[in-house]
Order: sequence, then C-alpha cells, then structure tokens
Amino acid sequence: MLAARSVAALFQRPRYLRDILVQCDFIGVGSLPIVILTGFFTGFVFALQSANSLQRFGSLSFIGELVSLSMVRELGPVLTGLMVAGRNASGIASELGSMMVTEQIDAMRALGTDPLKKLIAPRIAATVFMLIFLTIISDLMGLVGGMVVARVLLGLDVHQYWTTAWESLVRDDVIMGLVKPPIFGFLIATVGCFYGINSRGGTQGVGRATTQAVVAASVLILLTDAVVTRLLMLTFAGYR
Amino acid sequence: MEIAAPQTRAVQGLPAASALVFDNVSIAFQEHQVLDGISFHLAQGETKALFGVAGSGKSLILKLALGLIRPDAGRIWVLGEEVTALPEEDLFELRRRVGMVFQESALFDSLTVHDNVAYRLLEEGKAGEDEIDRRVRTALSFVELEHTISMFPGELSGGMRRRVAIARAMINQPEVLLYDSPTGGLDPVTSTTIIELLVKQRDVYNSSSLLVTHRLQDAFTMASHYFDRSENQMRPLPPGSRGQIAMSFLLLRDGHIIFDGNAHDLAQSRDEYIREYIA
Repeated sequence: MLAARSVAALFQRPRYLRDILVQCDFIGVGSLPIVILTGFFTGFVFALQSANSLQRFGSLSFIGELVSLSMVRELGPVLTGLMVAGRNASGIASELGSMMVTEQIDAMRALGTDPLKKLIAPRIAATVFMLIFLTIISDLMGLVGGMVVARVLLGLDVHQYWTTAWESLVRDDVIMGLVKPPIFGFLIATVGCFYGINSRGGTQGVGRATTQAVVAASVLILLTDAVVTRLLMLTFAGYR
Repeated sequence: MEIAAPQTRAVQGLPAASALVFDNVSIAFQEHQVLDGISFHLAQGETKALFGVAGSGKSLILKLALGLIRPDAGRIWVLGEEVTALPEEDLFELRRRVGMVFQESALFDSLTVHDNVAYRLLEEGKAGEDEIDRRVRTALSFVELEHTISMFPGELSGGMRRRVAIARAMINQPEVLLYDSPTGGLDPVTSTTIIELLVKQRDVYNSSSLLVTHRLQDAFTMASHYFDRSENQMRPLPPGSRGQIAMSFLLLRDGHIIFDGNAHDLAQSRDEYIREYIA
C-alpha cells in the first residue's frame, strides 16, 4: 500500500526534485566508499579463492572470466544491495522514526505538506536510481580487485585478464546484473520508510525500527534475488 | 454537567460564524473510549481553553480538528469545511488556513529557525525570497527572537523553541490557531512570556484559538488581560470590563465534556469535581 502510494506520489504535484537530489547525494555519493571497498575486496578474495581450484585444472587464465561473470551477474548487485541496506535502510528508518516520535511528521502534515511526497517518494526515487550506478561501480571495483590478485599474486598478464573478463560478458549477463539493483533499491527504501513511519515508543522504538528495517531489507534482498535470478534464467535462452 | 446555552446550540447545524465545530465525536484506542460524544463549537474570534487531567484527550481534540487523526464517529467542521468528510489530499489546503503549536514544539531539527518559520511559505512557493525573509523576520520579531534566525532548534532553550513554534504557526496569519500545552514544562516567567504572546496574537490578529493547557492560571490570565499595542505589553483589563474578551473554558472528564462556559460560570460552578479542579 505504502509502496504503491509512493510510486503514484512521484508523478503528482508538487514534485520535490531538490529533495530527490539531496537524497541522491546522501544515498548515492554517501555510500560510495563502502561500495568501493566491498566491491574491491569481494573481487580480490573471490579471485584468491578461485585461483587455487583453477590452478589444479590448469585454467588460471580464465580467472578474469570467472570474476567478471560472478561480479556482474550476482555478487555486485547482491552485495551492493546488502551494503546499501545496512547503511540506508537503517538511516531512513531512524530519520523518519525520530521525526515520527517528535511529532515532526504531524507538524509537516499540519503545515500542509504531504510526507508521502516530501519524505518517502524522494527516498525511493533516489535509492532506485543510485543503486544502479553503485552496482556498476561495485562490479568494476570487483574486477580491479581480481586484477590485483591476477597480476601481483599470480603473475598473470593484465591485458589478458581484462580481455577474458570483457569478452566473457554477453548482453544477458549485463541485463541480469542491472535488473536487480532497481528492485533492491525499491525494497530498501520502502522497507526503511515503512519501519520509520511506523515507529512507536520513543527512542527505544526508533532503535527497534532501525534494526527491523535492516533485517527485513536484507532478507527481502536475498529472497528477491533468488526469485529474480530464476525468472531471468528462464527468460534468457542462454541460461536454460 | 454544565454546558452554557450558546455552545449546545452550535451542533444543531453548522453556525455561520463558527471557526470549529465538533458534533458528537467519539474515538477509542484499544477498547479505551478516550472521547465519547464530544460536541462543542468555537466561534470566530473566540479563544477556548481546554482542560482535563492527563490522558483525557485534550491533545487528541486538536489532532482531530486538523484531521491528523480520524474519529470513530461524529463530524468535525473547520472554517466551514467538514474535516471528517475530506480525503487527506484535500485536507492539506485547509490545514494551510490553520496554525498549530505542538506540545514539544515539533520544530524540524535539521532546518534553521529561518527555514522552520518559513516552511509553509517555502512549500507554497508563491512568495519570493525577499518577501519570505521579510515575513520570517516579522514573525520572529513578534516573538522577540529575531536574533535566533540562523540558529538550529537544538541550540535554543525550551521556551525559545515554543516561541519559534508560535512564529511558525502564525507566519501566514491563519484564521484558527491550535495550541497544545504551549506552557507545559516551562518556568513561570517563560510561561507568562508565552501567554503574553498568545494574548498579543489574539488581540492583534483577532484569530480564533483552541488552547490546551493544564495550567488554569494561563487561561484566567488570557481572560483577564488584553494586549496594549502602544506599550507593547499585556495589561489587565480595567475593572468593569471583565467578560468583554471572547474567552470560554471547556473541561473534559472520562471522555465527556463536563463544563463549557465562561470564566464567571466556571468560578460559580457547584459541581464538586470542577470546584476541586479549579481550587
């Protein structure tokens, strides 16, 4: 219900473009450091773990392909979603929760502003939009992490790494990797807003709402990922 | 139960000169009936003080009046519009004609005092930057807090926050003002300052107001004082002119109105509970 009304609010006047930009800055730019670190070290560790197995089969040169497909299709979207959920579902829930218990949301309504349009819709729009770019950055950083392992620890050629990583990706892989972030972004922001505006019971209630928002958003991301991955596999002929 | 005649007539139909009308309004929370068949009206230019013990539903009446909460039964009119029949979307327009001062001020803590006071004007987007700045300064000088314009609510004292909340509520000179315990938790000196502002608002702008308070002396002060514009201060009404102020008192008990009348009737009441309450 909240999600449907928020989406409808995005297309109704007044539109809070400035608030959307502020949220894009907070949610998108603000999440960059954690997303870069997560992406880099995921690619790094993934390459490190895979190298052992690949070496046994004499297929070490495929490490670029393995990192590339795993990051773009699965690890990039899911880990970025989980990181942004940890940072922003909690942030949104605590901010709106605090506003709720201090009557600021009632004051906003009393002053003639619809909190759905002013507070919730901009957060949903910003999270959906920015998570796509954050995921792309995370994928790229994962590949950089894999490259560091390939070059420094395994002594592989950098050019060969990037060539196999690039050439292994097909259109369906990229689509699969980019369909998920907007869905996850929508879940993160909606769950954060829902728990925030339903906060009751003072500061303790805000703390509870914050925890519940992170747990619910993370679980929903994992569940949705399983469902969306299966559906996309059925859709794309190459995965059947 | 003592209810003065003008108030009982109000809900028979919608009086033309009513700022606010409650008609048989009831609401319960988790099987606890907080308000049970409440009916009263607030005339244009009148100030009505709402009393009752904690949890008697005083603040709830203000939220019901603004449509922030919907009643289980009954009808509410504000400035001729039936709040209980309007969808949330249409209520935003009506709320722009009503000002509310919340119990804990409810200032937006991430905005400066300027942006808090200007909030309504900024949202409407009709006035230019200079016009908004001028009106914010006027509102802040009304509550004598112009020097706090660039401060954040967290940097202000409790009394100052209430005064900023009053400035925010009156920025567009609303026709009705709702005050939720504006002096609650404040020291006597600051409380008097707040009451003086309410008297000033009433006498300068002639707005209707509903005042929730647990301090009987605040309401009696409002009933017995006027704002002297030449001296810029609140002064007692001259002897013989008491009762000229359009001020009434409403007392709630167990979800019902047990008194609705003027200060004289309240003081003369023989009801044991009322006598104990005002003692």
